[in-house]
Amino acid sequence: MPELLILCPAIIFIAGLFAPQLKRMVGERVGYLLSLAPFTALALLLSQSACVASGEGLFYSFEWFSALGASIDLRLDGLSFMMASLVTGIGGFIVIYTQGYMHGHPQLGRFYLYLLAFMASMVGLVLADNLILLFIFWELTSITSYLLIGFNHESKEARWKALQALLVTGLGAMAMLAGFILLAQVTGSWKISEVNQLGELVRGSPLYPAIMVLVLIGAFTKSAQLPFHFWLPNAMAGPTPVSAFLHSATMVKAGIFLMALLTPVLGGTALWGTTLSIFGAATLLLAMFLGLFQKDIKAVLAYTTLGVLGVLTMLLGIGSKYAIKAMVVFLIGHALYKATLFMVVGSIDHETGTRDVTLLRGLRKVMPITATAGALAAFSMSGLPPFFGFIGKELIYKAGVQLDGLAIGFLVAAFVGNLVMMGLALKAGVGPFIGKSNVDALPKKPHEAPFSMWIGPIILASAGLMLGIVPFWVTEFMVAPAVASIRGTEMISLKLQLWDLVKPNLPLLLSGMTVLSGFFVFLYRARFWVVADAVLLRVRPFGAEAMYERIFHGIVRFSKWQTAKLQTGLLHDYVFFIVGSTTLLVGWVLLRSMDGFPAMQAVEFDFWVAGLVVLMAVAAVCAAISKRYFIILGALGMIGFGIALLFAYYGAPDLAITQLMVEALTVVLFMFVISGLPPIRGFSLPWTKGRDAILAGSFGLIVALLAWLAVDLHFAPSIASTLAEMSYPEAKGKNVVNVILVDFRALDTFGETTVVAAAALGIAALMSSRRIVKSKSGRKMP
Amino acid sequence: MKWFVLSQAGRTLFPWLLLLSLVVLYRGHNLPGGGFIGGLLGSAAFILLGLGDGMAAARRRLRLDPVTVLGIGIGVTVLSGLPGLFGEKKSYFVDQWLPDFTLPLLGEMHIGTPLIFDVGVYIVVVGFVLHTVFSLDYLAQTDSRDVLEPAEHKGKEAD
Repeated sequence: MPELLILCPAIIFIAGLFAPQLKRMVGERVGYLLSLAPFTALALLLSQSACVASGEGLFYSFEWFSALGASIDLRLDGLSFMMASLVTGIGGFIVIYTQGYMHGHPQLGRFYLYLLAFMASMVGLVLADNLILLFIFWELTSITSYLLIGFNHESKEARWKALQALLVTGLGAMAMLAGFILLAQVTGSWKISEVNQLGELVRGSPLYPAIMVLVLIGAFTKSAQLPFHFWLPNAMAGPTPVSAFLHSATMVKAGIFLMALLTPVLGGTALWGTTLSIFGAATLLLAMFLGLFQKDIKAVLAYTTLGVLGVLTMLLGIGSKYAIKAMVVFLIGHALYKATLFMVVGSIDHETGTRDVTLLRGLRKVMPITATAGALAAFSMSGLPPFFGFIGKELIYKAGVQLDGLAIGFLVAAFVGNLVMMGLALKAGVGPFIGKSNVDALPKKPHEAPFSMWIGPIILASAGLMLGIVPFWVTEFMVAPAVASIRGTEMISLKLQLWDLVKPNLPLLLSGMTVLSGFFVFLYRARFWVVADAVLLRVRPFGAEAMYERIFHGIVRFSKWQTAKLQTGLLHDYVFFIVGSTTLLVGWVLLRSMDGFPAMQAVEFDFWVAGLVVLMAVAAVCAAISKRYFIILGALGMIGFGIALLFAYYGAPDLAITQLMVEALTVVLFMFVISGLPPIRGFSLPWTKGRDAILAGSFGLIVALLAWLAVDLHFAPSIASTLAEMSYPEAKGKNVVNVILVDFRALDTFGETTVVAAAALGIAALMSSRRIVKSKSGRKMP
Repeated sequence: MKWFVLSQAGRTLFPWLLLLSLVVLYRGHNLPGGGFIGGLLGSAAFILLGLGDGMAAARRRLRLDPVTVLGIGIGVTVLSGLPGLFGEKKSYFVDQWLPDFTLPLLGEMHIGTPLIFDVGVYIVVVGFVLHTVFSLDYLAQTDSRDVLEPAEHKGKEAD
């Protein structure tokens, strides 16, 4: 049943739409009700697991803007099945968790709206089989995550950081869109499943490097790879359920997903492999370095997320069978334990009122269930057997030991990254619960979190343990299909056995060393806190965030400066800039493209036309030199009516009537203004007058030149005759001008009417700014 | 009544001018005319009334706020595009027609979404022009010296 593909995001989105209303009707416990939406979507997806595992996949297509290549194409293959299941499954528990975490928050309903809208966009993103549709969902996740990160909108810091995430990911998406357009031009298709069949063609195209770089900019900004990594830790400004969701299975994984999705078409080249591996490894090492010095447990988790994203990117870059397998297993494992850890940290914060690692210890007695969940997740993250994380780490090392030459550096990076990550995992997931209790030093007296806040963590953490013991639960229907879709190959049988991996070999030795050294990092964690502030302060000015701030403030300063220069508020200046730039630009193009003047055409002398032109010229001179409003007004009116007559004379009655009406109305409008204006006085200096005269003269010359050249221009076959022929049979109108306006080009006219409306609103704004000013007679604007 | 002739002319001509503007609007499909010109003519009827009896009178005659009129016009143009989405004949924006029929006096009738669209344009133009004219009239009525002084200062005085 392919329709369920559109049903999945739709259910979640509709639930979000009604969330504020439901919250008002049901009250705080609405979380349980709303969690049904993602869980239903998950059930729908899981019902198709057989179809996915067989490698067939599911396709749904609904024609939308097909002329533009954008139609609603959805696809369920191994990769999107895995991602969508994670998003909806974890999302459901996050929705439940939110209910406890945001307990008593007056805007809980609104929060659910944002959260579910984000979730629906994310599901749409992973199911999209059309580049345009993917881009739309991609942007929707950016916008909804902006609302989520900046949810505490009274805080200036939260707003700033939300904007940062939006700008970084939004700008990246622009590059990505450009890459998509190039990709579609090379392949001739917007459908991702079709594009993915044309890998040879794309990789051989001269546009390949451009496509790759542009798409990667999009993926790197979203997945917070160096040098765009800084927005991710800052996104912690949002409430903890947001971090738990955004940083485990969704937002930040979107970039990884995109790279994995397009691996069949873009991957496999040295350029792709090197770029991804190097950026991934660099992101991993930087994240681990910065993570060591964090004292806020939520920030610790944020940096480990950054590290994991680095690992995943690196694995995609290596691209071997083991590497992709490792990447898929690691991604699933990470989603499970990271969501758990974030929720555990949120519970600690919620119950104790602090997230400072130096204060938190000995909470296991007061929060036993949360402590269990935290420990299970931390062990999985550390890669201890028999947890799922262990399999992921083993596979990474298996992929690593196959590398040779300089590439062995990536194995070293993975090793260092893993051992620090283990230290950080224990620091965040175990550290707060062990040691001597210091309950009295905490801002709040802690007790166990409510049911809604521990049920999700404990289930997800147990899943991490169960999948480690019996991995075949996921290998056959989730891991293997996902690996097959990323590698673009036939379905492969994939045996993941915990016990197969525990054989004395090099990967196991590396694993053992990781565990040992990771434990030492954990033991000596306090050493890093002592110097934390000093170190972070020292490196900050060289960081990418400092660069971002410099660019941001630079742009703001520049726009302020140029606004002050150009928007002086003086009508005289505005006219000068507009006419001046038009003269320069049009004149430049004309002079550059002109080859000689066109021959003068002999035109029969026409007394009426000549008389009219002379009359208009005289009126123009009058308008320019007169100092009395009524004379200027009359002269301008004369020019306008003259033009109307010319239109009528040359057989354009529509134009003539319009011109006549507009001219009459303009005169009437001026009448109102004139009575309120002070008499004309000469304020201008002689040199400004001279300057304006020269400008006016050259503008006139340019327009005259343009008119002269236009006579001699030979356009491509005009569509005018076709329009005239089609006018009556197609549009049942004999007046072609009108038919074009209201039928053939009605959308243009519609655009113009909205412009008119915008202008009217501008006038309304001007009026309201003066409404408080009382007139002499005491009359107020009605 | 400063200008008796103008006032009488405005009152007498007002309905005829409005009727004329509607005729121009309708005939636009085959002959010079259409929503834009019709709208200008229609607003001219109100302005003529206003020149004689004062813009307040013209405004009362309009009954609705000009900005509301403008909004209605935009709404009509949008609505005229909707049948195209669902019509049997797939079309991009307008271009949906009823079967032709003949009426006495008017002859063969072509009724379809382009005409509705044109009516929308007509209403938009009337709303815009009258909004502008009424606003300018208000500005002209207020003394320029009052207007040029800082608004905050004046506001305090008013309190």
